[in-house]
This record gives sequence, C-alpha cells and structure tokens, in this order.
Amino acid sequence: MTTQTRTKYEAVIGLEVHIQLKTRSKMFCGCDREYFDAAPNSHVCPVCLGMPGMLPVINQEAVTSTLLAGLALGCDIPSYAKFDRKNYPYPDLMKGYQISQFDQPFCLNGVLEIEVEGARRLVHLERIHLEEDTARLLHRDNGIESYSLLDVNRAGSPLMELVTKPDMHSGEEAHAFLRTLRQVMRYLRIADADMDKGGMRCDANVSIRPFGQEELGRKVEVKNMNSFRSVQRAIEFEIERQSRMMDAGERIVQETRGYVDATGETVSQRSKEEASDYRYFPEPDLPPLHIAPETIETLREKLPELPAARLARFETQYGLTPAEARILTESRSDGDAFEEAVGIAGAEHARPVAHWFTGDVLKHLNALGGEAELGDTKVTGRHIGELVRLVASNAVTAATAKEVLDVAFETGDLPEAIVDARGLRQVTDAGAIDEVAQKAIAANPKAVEDYRAGKQAAIGFLVGQVMREMKGRADANTAAETLRRHLDAAAG
Amino acid sequence: MTIDLDLTAHEHAANLRAGEYTSRALTEATLARIHAQDASLNAYITFTDDLALAEADAADARIAAGDAGPLTGVPVAVKDLLSTKGIQTTAASKMLEGFVPIVDCTVVQRLKDAGAVIVGKTNLDEFAMGSSTEHSAFGATHNPWALDRVPGGSSGGSAATVASRGVPLSLGTDTGGSIRQPAALCGIVGLKPTYGRVSRFGVVAFASSLEQVGPFARDAEDAAHLLGAIAGDDVMDSTTVPVPVPDYTERFDRGLQGLRVAVPEAFFGDGLDADVRESIERAIEDLAAQGAIIDRSVALPAASAALPVYYIIAPSEASANLARYDGVKYGFSVTDGRSVEDEMAQSRGRGFGAEVKRRIMLGTYALSAGYYDAYYLKAQRVRTLIKREFEAAFATHDVILTPTSPSVAFRLGEKVDDPYAMYLNDLYTIPVNIAGNPAISIPCGMSQGLPVGMQLIGRPFEESTLLGAAHAYGQVTDWHRQAPPALG
Ligand SMILES: [Zn+2]
Repeated sequence: MTTQTRTKYEAVIGLEVHIQLKTRSKMFCGCDREYFDAAPNSHVCPVCLGMPGMLPVINQEAVTSTLLAGLALGCDIPSYAKFDRKNYPYPDLMKGYQISQFDQPFCLNGVLEIEVEGARRLVHLERIHLEEDTARLLHRDNGIESYSLLDVNRAGSPLMELVTKPDMHSGEEAHAFLRTLRQVMRYLRIADADMDKGGMRCDANVSIRPFGQEELGRKVEVKNMNSFRSVQRAIEFEIERQSRMMDAGERIVQETRGYVDATGETVSQRSKEEASDYRYFPEPDLPPLHIAPETIETLREKLPELPAARLARFETQYGLTPAEARILTESRSDGDAFEEAVGIAGAEHARPVAHWFTGDVLKHLNALGGEAELGDTKVTGRHIGELVRLVASNAVTAATAKEVLDVAFETGDLPEAIVDARGLRQVTDAGAIDEVAQKAIAANPKAVEDYRAGKQAAIGFLVGQVMREMKGRADANTAAETLRRHLDAAAG
Repeated sequence: MTIDLDLTAHEHAANLRAGEYTSRALTEATLARIHAQDASLNAYITFTDDLALAEADAADARIAAGDAGPLTGVPVAVKDLLSTKGIQTTAASKMLEGFVPIVDCTVVQRLKDAGAVIVGKTNLDEFAMGSSTEHSAFGATHNPWALDRVPGGSSGGSAATVASRGVPLSLGTDTGGSIRQPAALCGIVGLKPTYGRVSRFGVVAFASSLEQVGPFARDAEDAAHLLGAIAGDDVMDSTTVPVPVPDYTERFDRGLQGLRVAVPEAFFGDGLDADVRESIERAIEDLAAQGAIIDRSVALPAASAALPVYYIIAPSEASANLARYDGVKYGFSVTDGRSVEDEMAQSRGRGFGAEVKRRIMLGTYALSAGYYDAYYLKAQRVRTLIKREFEAAFATHDVILTPTSPSVAFRLGEKVDDPYAMYLNDLYTIPVNIAGNPAISIPCGMSQGLPVGMQLIGRPFEESTLLGAAHAYGQVTDWHRQAPPALG
C-alpha cells in the first residue's frame, strides 16, 4: 500500500465471522458432530439429511456455548430469542432452507479489545447468532464430465455467526481482531476456530472514503480467505484497488469479490445470487426460547478468566514484562501451567518460571510446529515448577536443568525423579572441587601463565576444564573462587 | 366361522380377547375386503399385507399372553402422509413415488407398540393440500355413499375406508379440516387433537404450525382409544406439550346435562346449505333435550378472517417445507437437465401437481421482501386475535358447535377447477387450526342420502369433553350407525 492512499482515504471494514462450535452432537439431531477426517456421509441421520417429516430438536450445549461467547464479548443477552427459516435453493442445503436466526438472535452488541502495534482499541459487535452449517459440495472432473458429490457430514453442525460493526480500518486490525477472537473462543473451550480447517470462516466488507467524510463508501464483500494472513492481504489489496479507482474518478461497484490466494488479489464473482431474498420467517417447528436472568447469571459465573484480564494480572502479580505475559496468556492451558509451576516453585521464583516458559519450553513447542501448546506434550506445569525449584536450591546447575527438561519432554518423567535416577545433583562439596581445581592448574600451565600475565579471561578456560571434568555438575562460582585462591596464593 | 367386519374396533377387541377369532383371521378377512372395495373406492395407495399379517401374529401372541390393549390385533389404516419404515410413503405425490422411509413416524411407532395391525396407506390430496382427495397423483378416492361423489379431503382415503366398513379405524391429518370435513362427508367420527397433543415427527410436513394427526372411527369410543394410543409428548417433536394423556373415555358417563354449548351465528351464514343447516338445528334441539345449555349470543367476528389468514400461513410454511423436494437426494428426479439448477427446477416442475405448485407460489409471494409485513406478519396478528376470541368464548362455554362443512359430499370434478370454491369447504374447520383447539366432527343427519356432520370445538387439551359429548349424543341418536350401501 502506498503512503499516498493511506493519507487520502480511510478504509472502513466490517467482518462476518462463522465459527463452528465444538459440541458433542449436531445442532438439531443426535449425530456426532466431530466429523473431521471421517468417511463422507458417515455422520448423518434422517434429520440432518432433511428426510420428509423430520423435525429439529435444539442442542442446548450449542445454545449455552453461544451465550458464553456473548457474555465473554460483553454482549446484551435478550430474554427472548427465536429461530427462523432462511430460504434459498442450493444442493448443499438439505431442507431447502437453513435454520438460522433473523431478527431476534441470542446476543446483541458487544465489544472486543484488540492491540495493533502497541495501541489498543475496541471493535464493536453487532450481534451473534446460531445456525446450522450446510453440506459440502465436492466438485469433480474425471476428464469426461464434471460433476459434484455431496458430503452431508457437515450439514447441521452448529455454527455461530458473529457480525462486527464497520469498526476496523486496516487489514492488520482485521488480522488482530480474528486472532484475538480465536483466543477468546479457545479460552471458553467452545470452538477451535481453525481457519485452515474451516472451523472459522470470515467474509470482509470493505469500503473507503476520503478522510473526514461521514458517509460510508460503497462496500465490497470479500470472500474465500482461509487464513488470518489472507484476510489481511485481501483487505489490503481491496483498499489499494478501491483507492486507485477513486483516484481515477471511477465508480466503485457494490459487489462480491473472491480472494485468490496465489495472486493475493480479489476478483469479481459472477453474482448469480443477485438480490437474493431469503424470505425469513419464524421456524414453526421450534418454540421460541426464553432466557431467564438466572441462566445468564449461572453462565456468567462459569466464565473463565479471559486473556486480557489474565495478561494484566500476570504483569502485576508476577512482575512479568508485557512480552512475557503475552506469551504466557496466549493459550489458557499454558497460562494454567505457568501458574501451576509458580505454585510449586514458589511465588518468589515467578520470573525464572516465566523465563523457562518463554525460553526453553517455547523452543521445544516451536520445534513441534506452529500452534503446539504445552498440553500437547508430556510436560506439565509441575515439571517446570520442580525444575525451577531444583535450580533455585542449587541442586542442579542451569546446564543440567536444560538436559533434564529435554528428558522430561521425551519421557514425561518428573525432574526430581530424573535428577535422582541419573545422579545429576550439583556438586557443592568444596573438597571435591578443590581437588579437581588443583589438577586443572597443574595440567594447564599456559592458562596459568596467561592468568598471571593479567588475562582475567583465562580463569574462564580453567573453570570450563573443571566443569568438564565434573560433567557440568560443579557449582561454577565455587569453582572460580577455588581456582583464584590457588593461583593468587601461588603467585603471592 | 365368518367374522362380522361391520363391528367396531372395541367390539373386535373384546372378541379377540374372548378368543372368538384371531387377529390373523380378522386381518385376512379385512385385507380381502379392502382389496375388493378398492376397485370402487381407490382409498389406498399401498396395501401392507405382509406387515399386517406379521403384526397380527404378534398381536395374537400378546392376546394369548394376556398383554392386550384396546387396539391389540385391530386393523388400522394410515394416511400415506405418515412415514412407515420400509414401506413407501408418497404423500400422494409423483415427487415421492417409491420413496421408502428408514424410520417410522412417532404415531405409527405408537400404533405398533399398542399392537394395532396396519393394513395399508390411504389416499389423500397431494401433500394434504385439498378438500376432495381429487388432487392425488394416484387418482381420486370415491365416497362410499355415492361413488360419483368425493369423500372430502385431504384424508379422503382414511375416511372412505372406515365409512365403507373396510377397517374400523384409521389415522388422518388435519391442517385446515382434513380429518373433520371428510369425516362429515363420509358419515363417521373424526377428531383433530389440540395442536401439540400428538407428535408430528415423521409426518410429511405441509403447514407445521397448523397440522395434527388424529383418528377416524365410527363411534366416540373407538376414536377415544385410538387417540389415547397416539397422543402424548415426544422428544422428537419440540412442539408437543407435556400434558398428561388421560383416559379419553373418562367423560363417557357425564351425559349432556349442563353442557354449555355456544352456537355462533357467524357459522350459519351465507354459503351454508339449507339441508345441512336443518340437520344441525335438529341436532341442537336433541342436545338441548338432553339438558345441554344452548347459547346463540356468542359472536366470533375475528373467526371470519380465518380463511384468508390460513391461505397466507399454510402456503408460507408449505413453500419452505416442500423446498427439500428438489430431485437431488431422493424421490422423483429429472437427470438430463442443462445444470444442477435446471434439474432441480425441472424435477419440481414435473414432480408436483398443480394445487401444490399453486400453494408454493402463494407462500413464496407472501413471504417475499416487501410483502412479508402486509401478508405473513398481518396474518399472524389476526391469528392471535382469533386465539383470544376462542379463549374468551371458552371462559363461559364448554364447547362451540358449528356445521363441519357447508355442504354434503359434492360430485367428483365439480370444484376441482375452482380453487376458491374448494377452499370454502373448510370455512368452518379452518378457524380451529388457526386457534390450535381440538375439534370433533360427528354424524348428525342425512341430506339427499348423504351424511351431514356437526363440529364440536373444545378447550385446548380437553378432547375428553368432546368425546364425552359425542358419546352421549350417540346414545340418543343413531346417525353414526347409518351405513352406506354395500360395495360389490
Ligand atoms: Zn443427524
């Protein structure tokens, strides 16, 4: 993006985000919802197949999940909600209509705080509603003819749709919004929200207007993005494209455009669904839902501590830097593990615990791939807590501790047990160190000479010799002190 | 021995328990009769002989074990709108010809649990849209009282086969009168339960917020037993209501003394045949003579708007309910189109009959952007008014009495090309579906050799009151014992 367009036009962006809920069964039938990797059409029943006479039954878990999301995002929860039928003919829609929510959704308004380049700002939400997912059409071409196959496994899965107000102004903000939203969904344990697996899908409405203008420009809906990064790039491309058009005095067309990952561009989609009229009307097969204030209060009490609150608490309670706190609150389970570790190591060792998490532990996790969490490994908060306690009590050296961590990641054994089984406890016995130090002085006349010639660095070499001899288990400070005492005494 | 097939279900049940004959013998005789009668009536789309005989044997075992209820071993026919596992369920549409459900609807499951013997699937107007059973892809059903006349509809097959003494019991569905009107035109008892009383799970949907499954029988006692077997809460249908199911014969000894009957003049206006009016008036006198308190001062002004309200709400719901029939997944399918969209359109264009398409278009229009408020929303508001009006009337009355249908059975072909004349058949029954109350039609006279029915409407979930009144009325009149001429 050129700096020129940046200064001339303000981009206005709203997102429509679909999130698959991680419920046990589907939205309106008893089918197992977890169909990922399952054989096509293996998670189906007469209800989700849309057979004649079949009726929907509301999945309460999905309703609860949606209400939790609404509460976590500061939404208003109306006392009355209903489902509606959204009518449109398409082969992926088993009943010829989708059960969704039109004018009385579960959640209204709401807000999510995002941070971009160190600056925090609020993104306001319009609503969150619940609906059912569609089947998947798989297009095939065998060289003779092209055809489509239908996989109904996804049909009827609970899908939460969240609509933001046109409240963002850059691709980067949209990226931050989605990342933060996913984090909240995962904290609530109601959704995985993986864009690459279709667990989170996002359409962006993008328009631009000259700075200072009240009125919104004509909006373009951008679809087909399958990662946070592609949402950001699609929006940036679209802002650039619209800016050029406006510069050239061209009229921006209100349309739907598809993002092409390979080129990073958006292309106009044949709008065959022009002026679609969904003919919404209340779903007669499902009575409206009355949501009691007590239900809302019970759910509010169930809300976990959310990422923003936890981040602030970690900074003040444990004296962590913002960067450390951010890493430690990235996932709920990592934060839980950190606090478990601090509980074992002692509150005064919170910083060293954080160092382990943000250093060596993170290295191990990164080696497992992008999004690995501690929960995916054999290591728990207790492991890190014991490790820090061992180091703090001088029972092991820092070098040994790293080895112990490697073993723990491999075997899942606890550090105390590893240290004992392998005899890794640090040698603090002055007599033992003294003996090895004297040997080192005798065996390295060159280093002794250098030291005496005033090269203080030579002491480091000699300490290294002692450590090697003692397999790293010697206390480095004791070794250095002992060496100096002998060298200085001989010189005197 | 020969079995008297003119007996009622409760008479058969008593004979079966007494060992007079077996359910297998009764079922074989019944199958022979309904097969023979069908040459004249065309009341059935599918006969289920094999299923019936298997169920009859099972029923005989239950009877022998002393585990028999009032329906055990008794033949029952069901409207071909009710899903039957392993047996084609067509809704009388070319669209579903050959469609075999993989589950039973709840009511059929409950019939099976009660030990009833299902002998066949009866004819109807396509997707239950009609009042004459002429709109069937499988041909019209004939009225056993006069074969050149309609049996009413949409549950015409279920009514005709009970009236002709083919089976003692059958099930129909009622969206705007589809049980009560054919019951009246065929001279039998038909009851539409309170909305939410009977599960709709597995019933091919026409207008979800209006329809209920209900019994056809020749007397109130049989209707009470059949309703008792199918009624009750169902986890598979969220619109069922967890009200306990009573013994529906509980008010049979109550008589008519003190029964507060509202007779709204609005239901006796233009369009009501003089003969029908005369029969109803005589019935009112009979009720009064038995101690019923007749009140003709009740006005139900909003109910006069029920017909237009119905023809907005029912087609609107139907337009969505029938969207699933697109030829992609099951049923009739055109496969040589230019595209998937073209094949879907052609499948629907050729699979649905004219009346069904008319209603889909009506409903699609009523729900369209810009028209929703003026039609659907307004209809819902009037619906609320009609409900309140019924509630007010029932604060001071036990039942509302009206004619069931403005005329006796009309001739085949007489109204089939005049949709509005056809729709007027349901003028007196439709308000009840709009309000959701229960109502029964009982035989109350004859005109030109054809039966006349009167409708009693009750408070929600008070089907017992209607059945009790029908039973008491049947004790002092014999209209329900009139039989049509025997068929070949
Ligand atoms: Zn299912």
